[in-house]
Amino acid sequence: MALTDIWFLLIAVLWTGYLVLEGFDFGVGMLLPVVSRDAIDRKVTLRTIGPVWDGNEVWLLVAGGATFAAFPSWYATLFSGFYLALLIILVALILRGIALEYRGKIDDPTWHRRWDIVIVGASAVPALLWGVALANIVRGVPMGADHEYAGTFFTLLNPYALLGGVTTLLLFALHGAIFLALKTHGEVHDRALKVVPPIGIATVVAAAGFLGWTQAFDGSWITWTLALAAALCLVGGLAASWLGREGWAFLGTAATIALATATLFTTLYPNVLPSTTDAAFSLTTINAASTPYTLKIMTWVAVIFTPVVLLYQGYTYWVFRKRLGRSDIPAPVQKATV
Amino acid sequence: MDAIDLARWQFGIITVYHFLFVPITIGLSALVAGLHTAWYRTGQQKYRRMTQYWGKLFLINFAIGVVTGIVQEFQFGMNWSAYSKFVGDIFGAPLAIEGLLAFFLESTFLGLWIFGWDRLPKKVHLASIWLVAIGTQLSAYFILAANSWMQWPRGYTYNAASGRAELHDFGAVLTNKVALATFPHTIAASFLTAGAFMLGIALWHLLRRPGQHGSIFRPAVKLGAITTLLAAVALIVTGDIQAKIMTDTQPMKMAAAEALYDTSSPAPFSILTIGSLDGSKEVWSLKVPHGLSFLATSTWSGKVEGINDLQKAYEQRFGPGTYKPNVPLTYWTFRFMILSGVLAAAIALLALWLLRRQRMTPSKWLIRAALAVPLLPLLGNSLGWIFTEMGRQPWIVFGLMKTSDGVSPSVGAGSVLTSLIVLTLLYGVLAVVEVFLLLRFAREVPAETTPSDPEAAEPAFLY
Repeated sequence: MALTDIWFLLIAVLWTGYLVLEGFDFGVGMLLPVVSRDAIDRKVTLRTIGPVWDGNEVWLLVAGGATFAAFPSWYATLFSGFYLALLIILVALILRGIALEYRGKIDDPTWHRRWDIVIVGASAVPALLWGVALANIVRGVPMGADHEYAGTFFTLLNPYALLGGVTTLLLFALHGAIFLALKTHGEVHDRALKVVPPIGIATVVAAAGFLGWTQAFDGSWITWTLALAAALCLVGGLAASWLGREGWAFLGTAATIALATATLFTTLYPNVLPSTTDAAFSLTTINAASTPYTLKIMTWVAVIFTPVVLLYQGYTYWVFRKRLGRSDIPAPVQKATV
Repeated sequence: MDAIDLARWQFGIITVYHFLFVPITIGLSALVAGLHTAWYRTGQQKYRRMTQYWGKLFLINFAIGVVTGIVQEFQFGMNWSAYSKFVGDIFGAPLAIEGLLAFFLESTFLGLWIFGWDRLPKKVHLASIWLVAIGTQLSAYFILAANSWMQWPRGYTYNAASGRAELHDFGAVLTNKVALATFPHTIAASFLTAGAFMLGIALWHLLRRPGQHGSIFRPAVKLGAITTLLAAVALIVTGDIQAKIMTDTQPMKMAAAEALYDTSSPAPFSILTIGSLDGSKEVWSLKVPHGLSFLATSTWSGKVEGINDLQKAYEQRFGPGTYKPNVPLTYWTFRFMILSGVLAAAIALLALWLLRRQRMTPSKWLIRAALAVPLLPLLGNSLGWIFTEMGRQPWIVFGLMKTSDGVSPSVGAGSVLTSLIVLTLLYGVLAVVEVFLLLRFAREVPAETTPSDPEAAEPAFLY
């Protein structure tokens, strides 16, 4: 396997990690008002992702950094080309991080309510836009021989990409609902389970349409197999949730996101950003890549440290494996003010 | 303004803003880890209260540092895509390694520290905050290695066929002497910042309510002041090393720092100068004879090259054009950077002396000094970065790529202006929220609890 292929694979893996992990915390954020009726419910809901969401988001930063290091031209063209869309995502991620961190710092209902609105909106916006962005990457963008993006912000808002966005939005909401069902007991758990069937059905329809449409561009037997496996995992996850097997249900939606991402990246390969102007102008794993020397160093670093990261992130999930309920939320501590 | 100016303003605003929080994070995480260790080893409640109190202020600050850091990584691709393509083979690697080695460590173990208060074995809980502190330093090292490559590129070859700089010795990038000098200087500045932060708030408490909570604020004044003083000494030593390296690697930056137009040996160091707007003529100046020679070359009469001679030399090497940075800006940022550090150290010394002599009586001036001391290093850090980056101009990569060539060719001024306005407004709002929270919590003091108290296990910074 060529180093450029290894790095294409690694970046796909980083995106998969990001979408699977931050997918559920986006979902939890979006469902905040749906699964909670009062202040304690909302604390329970947010505490399910409290210890892990920041670590989940770092997958994005590493995916971005790895793209810069391994495929500089891809990084440069993509981020300058998708400028305004990326700006909206960044603003949402900033607001979301601040909202999650600052919400609990003051015990005041108005303060909480304001940040809750931010959490819901700033979880939904990136959940939608990452789908739009990924779909545009797979389908390709207008681009000349200079590898500069030749479209506008509105070029990105085509029907295929919008369907991609709706798919990730729904899929993350579903993933979040199932995560909440797995991580809580009591009222929040019951309400989360209740929203699984309607969101699940909508997700099946959108995902089938989106992955089917993707196949119409550039389907091969491998991508068909991956797309079908994604569909099976989605249906299997929903069935497991119906049967009350929440752990399996969560594995099901996690696998769906992983396989759907794999479908997209396999469809994309060997391009990293196809040109719709002329296929000869596409950015590929070869013409966008760094030198073999850089890729070799990066490979060593990745091979040594990625398992370490997986180990300690896994440990975090193990430490906080307990289901949470209303009884876990203590009464506010009285503090002295001078 | 066109896209290049807007992109430069954006980089300046976004980066200086981000760097208000980074040094506090680096320094304060280590101080909180130290307090947590003291609590672990002695079991004394005052250390538990101190860990919680400073831990909370640390977290409020850390949150903004993290979210504004996301923009840092993406703005290279957004606004500086030509630069990204040109140097990605070299510059991307430390950035990616920073993410993999440092960001994962910080974010994961911070989550464990915050939420693991009553769930983790005590040793693991203590180790978590130390890993956060180590993560912040690792992060600083890799980003400074990347920046130092822009100041003094090493370990690369220019490939004319691909039109980019290509890495051939990664070790040379990581052991770039500019990076090795900048890292300890930045870490020392971070400890000065965190020490002054702790000193200022604790001093304010002691002065306002001398009788109350002295058990946790008296040691905090001491710890903050000693940290500030030690850091100030480290800053002088590392700054001196850095100045000599800068004279060797970027002589134009050194000449601009002194507004030295003509090559001189010996060269004096001017403490302040009143002169023409572009700094080329002086009206009055207070000078330390031989000062610059010593700073730049470690000999009292060493030769320091002047701006005019360097300009001529660069024209011969790189072709026609101006190679002078903005001289008044570099001149004054350099001086005020040093001054703000010196003032912070002076207040720390005063506080320590008063504490020893048991003279902590509130006076208007002391309270003002307490309020000013956390702000001084913030000013110094910002000025230091503005000096470093503006002193490199017109280069984005010294001697290799001009700033004007690094900008994204396909991004119009309208897009850059939009993001500049959006991010500046957003950061402005965040600043208001952050200051509001910091002030609120700086006033609040954790209640005294006994170890058997069930609430004692619950830190006040959970969701």
